[in-house]
Amino acid sequence: MNPKLSNRIAISVLYVISGTIIVILAALLGYIIISGLPAINWHFLTSPARAFTSGGGIGIQLFNSFYLLILTMLISFPIALGAGIYLNEYAKQNWVTALVRTAIEILSSLPSVVVGLFGFLIFVVQFDFGFSILSGAFALTFFNLPLLTRSIEEALAAVPNAQREGGLALGLSKWETVTHIIVPAALPAILTGVILSAGRIFGEAAALIFTAGQSAPALNFADWNPFNMTSPLNPMRPAETLAVHIWKINSEGIMPDAKAISSGSSAVLVISVLAFNLLARFVGKRLFKRLTAS
Amino acid sequence: MLINPTSPHQGDSWLERNIVDPSERHDSPIVLETKQLRVFYGENEAIHEGDLKFPEHQITALIGPSGSGKSTFLRSLNRMNDGVATVKGQILYRGVDVNQPEIDVYEMRRRIGMVFQRPNPFSKSIYDNIVFALRRRGVTDKATLDEIVETSLKQAAIWDEVKDSLQKSALALSGGQQQRLCIARAIAVQPDILLLDEPASALDPISTGKLEETLMTLKQKYTIIIVTHNMQQAARISDYTAFFNMGRALEYNETSKIFTRPKVQLTNNYVAGDFG
Repeated sequence: MNPKLSNRIAISVLYVISGTIIVILAALLGYIIISGLPAINWHFLTSPARAFTSGGGIGIQLFNSFYLLILTMLISFPIALGAGIYLNEYAKQNWVTALVRTAIEILSSLPSVVVGLFGFLIFVVQFDFGFSILSGAFALTFFNLPLLTRSIEEALAAVPNAQREGGLALGLSKWETVTHIIVPAALPAILTGVILSAGRIFGEAAALIFTAGQSAPALNFADWNPFNMTSPLNPMRPAETLAVHIWKINSEGIMPDAKAISSGSSAVLVISVLAFNLLARFVGKRLFKRLTAS
Repeated sequence: MLINPTSPHQGDSWLERNIVDPSERHDSPIVLETKQLRVFYGENEAIHEGDLKFPEHQITALIGPSGSGKSTFLRSLNRMNDGVATVKGQILYRGVDVNQPEIDVYEMRRRIGMVFQRPNPFSKSIYDNIVFALRRRGVTDKATLDEIVETSLKQAAIWDEVKDSLQKSALALSGGQQQRLCIARAIAVQPDILLLDEPASALDPISTGKLEETLMTLKQKYTIIIVTHNMQQAARISDYTAFFNMGRALEYNETSKIFTRPKVQLTNNYVAGDFG
């Protein structure tokens, strides 16, 4: 076979493969959105769910999903950033560091249902947090930390060493160099890692069923005191998220319009993740421009 | 191709080593001096001993083949090798041994600045590149910073090219401009000595020419030690030259003597282009 022909065959095969992926992706997204869109309206997005009658919404679940996402990020991002900085900038390359890296990799491959049961035993039962947003956020932190740490570490590693030397040669300490030169330079890549893990958190159900719970008590959106039980901000209340809601409707939903609500919820979930990605990218670009003047 | 330094075929007129003391033939005081400097990478000894004296407001070039230890030597001078290599011996900066654990290494590096082989501007604006280290040291007065930016960029001979775009990203500059910006960044913290590690190796001939002109004017204010692969460059700009081979400084003398009447056979072979 001549090289020209084999090259052409290889390219065609690659085109077919990538084309297939795009078609599958587009079909999936299209199906979810098209079948879900008719159910989506303002009432659906804002009103509480109904267990037995039709006309329920997903307002509380939607809020819970975002609140849980923010809370999880607030807990896990500083830890992951610190761990990433330590592993890439300070840790000596010896067997201890190698062991830590291996542990992180193993942790990242834990099935999320195992993380959920672990969170149930530790946070819900042992620490007596009950089925609560806080338990869910801690469980999701375990679920999220390995990948986020890994992606932050890789983002930092991609910054050339010459930048570190440049800072040190000016008489700056290592810490100043890392915080003021390396982290800003790695920011877009760090942000990509955050976006990816945020998508995973937003769509996670199994780890939350046993931690954040499967019920969504009515909330009073006029009450923003986090110590009140009906306040949306109260982290100790049980909080069914959108993804858990979809799972629950499909497994035991008895309302007449279960199918429509399930499709609508799925579409909202997908659109939210998409919107979150776009927003984060936009903010990241602006932030990078401001930090680097490029 | 390495030639045995004690090759019997060359006669007895060749010395094995010849290191001069610039203070004996020059008025300028010695700002930096190394005594019995030895550098180890783990078990491997990269610099066997380097005893050199660097005179003030002169350009000293370190030349030698790849792997001769000239960069390792240079990087040891402001302790950029801390944590990478073990440096033994004394590095006397104006009489003070800076190769001591109790020395404030950050203050020392401010006084002994360094410019690297590849331009490494921070991904910040031109202005912020210059003032970054000053701000970290607590200089916040806008007028002072503005003035330092202007004088540093002028000294590095890049002011005219960038004065209208100080807020633009430094990464948008050409390689030669970036390297002169890095020099401006190094002199903005008012160092005493500038160490340059093959600063022109990533630049085109025109940028190299500009860089060399810049260095020639900078030596009025700073003591410059430059590692270079380019022997013509060493001959053009330096006052003193040290020839390194296999981790040893073999010959150190005024540049004109190194290039016209070397006393060590290996130096002669190297500057004649026989190896390296």
